[in-house]
Amino acid sequence: MLLKADLHIHTVLSPCGDLDMSPVRIVEEAEKKGLDIIGITDHNTTRHCRLISELANDKGIFVMQGAEVTTKEEVHFLAFFENNDTLNKFQEFLDENLPEIMNDPSKFGYQVEVDRDEMIIYEEKKLLLNAIKKSISELEIFVHSLKGLFIPAHIDRKKNSIYSQLGFIPSDFNADALEISRANSPEVFKSLHPEVKGFSVVRNSDAHRLEDIGAASTMLQVEKPSFSEVFMAIKGLKGRKLITE
Amino acid sequence: MKITDIIQHLDLKVLSGQNGLSNEIKGGYVSDLLSDVMGNAKEGEIWITLQTHQNIIAVASLKDIAAIIIVKGADPEKDTIEKSNTENIPLLGTELDTFTIAGRLFELLKKE
Repeated sequence: MLLKADLHIHTVLSPCGDLDMSPVRIVEEAEKKGLDIIGITDHNTTRHCRLISELANDKGIFVMQGAEVTTKEEVHFLAFFENNDTLNKFQEFLDENLPEIMNDPSKFGYQVEVDRDEMIIYEEKKLLLNAIKKSISELEIFVHSLKGLFIPAHIDRKKNSIYSQLGFIPSDFNADALEISRANSPEVFKSLHPEVKGFSVVRNSDAHRLEDIGAASTMLQVEKPSFSEVFMAIKGLKGRKLITE
Repeated sequence: MKITDIIQHLDLKVLSGQNGLSNEIKGGYVSDLLSDVMGNAKEGEIWITLQTHQNIIAVASLKDIAAIIIVKGADPEKDTIEKSNTENIPLLGTELDTFTIAGRLFELLKKE
């Protein structure tokens, strides 16, 4: 089957995420946009993934649970995990490595977790926009030790991308795919950057507002919506693949 | 001025790339953005940065940078050290921050 995925969506828990980005509304919007798979990727936290996953399951939408992590080089990476056990281990890793610098909601916005009735149940005090104390390679090794997916985010952006911070993609870079922003197409990007030829390229919305959900998406040829099927499609294994639109 | 003189005057620690220590320094450059260094640093300069990723060696090699000073006591990663040794580009460490070490390097090179 061919499934439509937008793997980069922020919730109200991200300081920059719009207050409308509650789990319930994200799932409603994803349904409206005809998405089969959504990725929940708040900055340096996974706390909203489980609820969104439950709500989405009821609507037949599969959730890739993860985070958008900022490494000490200030490069953003998407990381996704298959089950609660690995997701919890990753959350512990983020809690340990995010600096003790507190958020000022008046400057950066609120960092709140809400329940299915949109009631606030938790406020993250540490500023989630900071870089964690781990390098790119340390993050890559940890994500892969938990059998997760490791994808540099919006590599075509002039801010917080592997190109903006490191100038180029390291020769022995162990990423599962590269993400480009909605401003580019994979073909154009690959023609401008022949060095990315060997990598799968995904394109996502990086939505911070409801209307942006699904503004960019990636088509996956898979047998069913599941983590392992998405994993195989991204890696191009066993006939699963990404279909460029 | 040679790198060895700079190491002595600024009390730097040699982290790797010992074979490149006889290089001559023609100036300095300060930046943490590798694309900026690629665009603007000049041959023979000593580069001050807080980045420790292996790409710093590739950029230094591309631009014929004489040596790299890593600030604030940061430890370069293992593959950065290995590449520094194979490319003979010394990695020098200081506990000082960029502002302070750049100021001292500037004063030192000005005397020449």
